[in-house]
Amino acid sequence: MTDPVVAPRKLSLVDRLLGRVPVGSEPIEEILTAKTNEGTQELEPRSSTGVTEYGLESGSLLALAEGVSLDRGDIDVDVPEDESMILNLGPSHPSTHGVLRVMVEIDGETVLRTKPVIGYLHTGMEKTAEELMYHQGCTNVTRMDYLSPFFNELGFCLSVEKLLGLEIPPRATWIRMLMCELNRISSHLLWLATNGADIGALNMLVYGWREREMVLAFFEKVTGLRMNHNYFRPGGVAADLPDGWRDDVAALCEALPRRMDEYDQLLTGQPILQNRLVGVGPLDAETAISLGVTGPLLRSTGVAWDLRRDNPYLAYDKVDFDVIVGTSGDCWDRYAIRFNEIRESIHIVSQIAEKMPPGDYRSQDKKVTPPPRSRIDESMEALIHHFKLYTDGFKVPPGDAYVPVESPRGESGCYIVSDGSARPYRMHMRSPSFSNLQAMAPMARGSLIADTIAIVSTIDPVLGDVDR
Amino acid sequence: MAEEQETPAVRLLHGCPLDETLGAFVVHCDRDSYLELCRSLRSDGYAMPVGVTGVDYLTHPGRTVPQGVDAERFEVVVELCSLVARKRIRVRCQVPESDPRIPSLFDVWPGTEAHERETYDLFGITFDGHPDMSRILMPDDWEGHPLRKDYSTGEIQVQFKEARR
Repeated sequence: MTDPVVAPRKLSLVDRLLGRVPVGSEPIEEILTAKTNEGTQELEPRSSTGVTEYGLESGSLLALAEGVSLDRGDIDVDVPEDESMILNLGPSHPSTHGVLRVMVEIDGETVLRTKPVIGYLHTGMEKTAEELMYHQGCTNVTRMDYLSPFFNELGFCLSVEKLLGLEIPPRATWIRMLMCELNRISSHLLWLATNGADIGALNMLVYGWREREMVLAFFEKVTGLRMNHNYFRPGGVAADLPDGWRDDVAALCEALPRRMDEYDQLLTGQPILQNRLVGVGPLDAETAISLGVTGPLLRSTGVAWDLRRDNPYLAYDKVDFDVIVGTSGDCWDRYAIRFNEIRESIHIVSQIAEKMPPGDYRSQDKKVTPPPRSRIDESMEALIHHFKLYTDGFKVPPGDAYVPVESPRGESGCYIVSDGSARPYRMHMRSPSFSNLQAMAPMARGSLIADTIAIVSTIDPVLGDVDR
Repeated sequence: MAEEQETPAVRLLHGCPLDETLGAFVVHCDRDSYLELCRSLRSDGYAMPVGVTGVDYLTHPGRTVPQGVDAERFEVVVELCSLVARKRIRVRCQVPESDPRIPSLFDVWPGTEAHERETYDLFGITFDGHPDMSRILMPDDWEGHPLRKDYSTGEIQVQFKEARR
């Protein structure tokens, strides 16, 4: 059976490459010039860029005092416009850690301007959160920063608990701390691996993933999943720690410091690594603060700002740890800070394992916690209660709350507005990667293209968190 | 907070009502006093812009705002942090539906740049004086602002509509 109307043949890849134009189809030029919907998100030529935006991209804006107007001539890019080149790094490039696109204007190898373009992973999770009930919310937020899922869940749960005025039992608090610190270790280990890969220390890539897998195996034992756990719930955690968790934690606390010493030997003294990182992409404290930069990036500039110490949540005031601070704010400081934060976290984890209190792992408030499985078999009321809680959810009093936590990347916070119903009226995640990415332009200015890769790597953005 | 005043009805900070909810300090203001208030807070030591976001109160009109503040459809929420004093403050600014515009805080804290672009993208609130008021998360030719409460979730635009099949 043949169709009477002959449809024009589609262009195959071979046709395109050879420049063939099949009969009945449109000329090749039109296909090649077909617009994408990227639109104007591009690095415009300097002559058609506004002075303020230009200053922002070249990173010179932050040096100006208040009230001083910027003149195009003030920006010390003395390369004529027709001698520079605009280059796209990404969105699909292994060193961009996801789908980050960085547009750079370069003069030879020197970077003149940088503009990160984001949004490739935007999935509207803040809109989705408005449709989910509070007990479902963690499933959603855990997928934002997929390398540190516990911190998203923690921010969300603490915000909901603040709105509810709910006190959670001490064991739940300490379990949350244990999981968060282990998560910080796994996230920094992965950073160590990918940073190694980015700057040419490829062997570190394998070791970092291997060690991270040890931590993820523990997560799987506790939560059932390696990532995207949905383990923290408003009111506590989903399940108690499994039998034998102390042995697993002790094994981790014993193995990891030794491995860290090995990596110290492998990386820290290595002259090639030092040449790639020392003095690259410096950032000063004032710029970092005014850009809203947090986490290891801010601490590398010498500002001792760690929410675990300066804005204590959970029970961080009951454990002993140091805040690691750098001096010059370059890539080397960021490397050293993350490296030593792994050691500090191991120190915290061993303290938590010692001090873990007995008791309930979730709140006994009937409003948010379902009855235990055994009660459902015995009691009609418990069955109805369970059913109502999972179909209607629990109502949260009207108001707004913002609770920040110190994630491996910086301040991760959840802003929730409640209208008194069982679903958040508005849920906003303040993601550290989103703010930290703004420091890209001032850091990369004047560096080499290869350094730009090291700079993106030491910002450690998780694009799922940037785009949400 | 030098100019903080204790009055029986409403506490004022730089002439704007100061509220305390769930342990957090919240200053409410309108568009006219927004930029001035933020500049004053900046000189008070709130050096770090933690975040800027928006809320669309279309389907939740009966929220409580302090006396002297007219509730509008949109709110721009700015979270600020003082590293020295270890204090936080939240600014909630009312933005009317008829003219969703507000001055940009870019000159006060350059770190609000990306956050304001995001708020523009998702809520359609324009920030006057922003160096690059373009979409940041959605594609440039996207119609509508997804986090508005009257944005239909059931209807999905066909993306890449200009690309050839």
